[in-house]
Amino acid sequence: MAKTMNFPTYSSEEGKKHARNIVAIWFVVAVIADLIVWFVYGPHMPPGTMTDQARGAQFDIKVVSVMAVPVLLFLWTFGFYAVAKFRGGKDRAEGYYIKGNVKTQAAWYIITASLVLFLAGFGTYELVLPAGAGGGEGPSPIWRPSTNKLLQVQVIAQQWRFTYRWPQFGGMETTSINLPINTEIQFNVTSLDVIHDFWAYQLGVKADANPDSNNVAFAKTLETGRFTVRCDELCGIWHGAMFNYGHVVSQSQFLSWAQSMEAQNASVTKLLPKYATTYTPSYLGAGGGYYPAGDPNGTLN
Amino acid sequence: MPRRGVSLSKGARAGIVLISFAAAIGLILFGIFGYLRSSPDVVTATQSTSQPNTVNLVMQVDGAVGVGAHPNWVGYWVQDANGVWHQTTLVKVPVNTNVHVTVYEYDSGGALRNPEWAKVSGVSGGQVNLNGTEDAIVNPNSPGNGIAHTFVIPGLNVTVPLYGVNGSVKNFCQTGPCNLSEAHTTTSFAFFSGSSVHSYHWQCFVPCGLGYLEGNGGPMQSLGNMAGFFEVVK
Repeated sequence: MAKTMNFPTYSSEEGKKHARNIVAIWFVVAVIADLIVWFVYGPHMPPGTMTDQARGAQFDIKVVSVMAVPVLLFLWTFGFYAVAKFRGGKDRAEGYYIKGNVKTQAAWYIITASLVLFLAGFGTYELVLPAGAGGGEGPSPIWRPSTNKLLQVQVIAQQWRFTYRWPQFGGMETTSINLPINTEIQFNVTSLDVIHDFWAYQLGVKADANPDSNNVAFAKTLETGRFTVRCDELCGIWHGAMFNYGHVVSQSQFLSWAQSMEAQNASVTKLLPKYATTYTPSYLGAGGGYYPAGDPNGTLN
Repeated sequence: MPRRGVSLSKGARAGIVLISFAAAIGLILFGIFGYLRSSPDVVTATQSTSQPNTVNLVMQVDGAVGVGAHPNWVGYWVQDANGVWHQTTLVKVPVNTNVHVTVYEYDSGGALRNPEWAKVSGVSGGQVNLNGTEDAIVNPNSPGNGIAHTFVIPGLNVTVPLYGVNGSVKNFCQTGPCNLSEAHTTTSFAFFSGSSVHSYHWQCFVPCGLGYLEGNGGPMQSLGNMAGFFEVVK
């Protein structure tokens, strides 16, 4: 004779009581977690607060986190509650028989879909607005800072090092980068060979460096400190070594550094081609100078 | 209905599996040891007999190294304490030491893709001695010569452009190791090895991998040719 299985079910009233308990526990835990995420962990979230771009990115991550954490906690709360309350026992070897609930399922779909759609809209909005300007907007940025007082920094990637040109300081080129505080910077990112990526982590700037292309990114410096520059496109044997450190310094320190570098580099600056947003270096394959686009032989310079 | 094919005993099947496994392991080990054995020599810089806290390093750059799997590739040779040349870019120097370097350049040169690398930096006195003359910058646009290669250790901020041999000379070295009777330029300089033990990568910034993408493949990405390490040790 077949053994009959015992699957006890909850009454409607019991089910509602459990639902209320789950929601109550989840609500308290989620509020506490969100407060911790926003106020305790949030200020330390990457990429920091050194520029407006970094702060924008940090704000975005905080928003995403405070919306995602309650969803995660709801799943965990339900899971733990189910383990504690719905598990098997003496009178119910297989645990409770839990039936589906159309209203609950619909609510889950609608709430999570709404969250995802909201975040998609929020992310798109933030990409267009200043928070995304550090990501490189191509040669014709759709967003520009309101000020025309911009420090121009050209980032030239080459296998396997970044160099920087400063058109407002005689077109000098340096292997190091310092930036003044409280200044709107326009990064003009390009490459002399393959695709690289200029990732100034703490500045919230990360823009691809493509040959024959000027990828413009903006950031306003707000705090002094050190930042790391890394290449973030696999570009050959020394890709891992293609990094350097820069500093955001006071305006007077920057001016002093820039003028000193301009004087030190005067002799080599004369050898450089005229400043241009892109260069065409590769016509000779090996060696060969780097020239403004449209002047591949360097004869017009 | 009779079964087709050959029926193997359990022992035979186990034997095949074991032999296959052993062959696979053997192939992997062959590859690993082959790779390890193919690593270029490591040359230790020679202690200076005349200057304290100084080591000497003598190198040459050849347009064609003349040995190995790619004898036509450009590359370095480094001289050891016994005067023997090793085709390598792996060099060991002590920490907190002045490294006095002499580079014999046997390759021809040209314009630099990025003229920034014409500037000398990170060396003692800010200048190099090029063929007996002190220079802080080497003209990459010098007709017929230009810059052949650059000796750059980014981690120590050392950049030294190496003046090229005029391509029209008659005694141009065709294959390495070259000797001093053949056309060459001589660049001498010194740099400080730093206060910490570290493995610094060094490279050339002239895209001299002719025939490769942007000139930066082949020898430019090969240890022993134009890519290497300076091991700063205790």
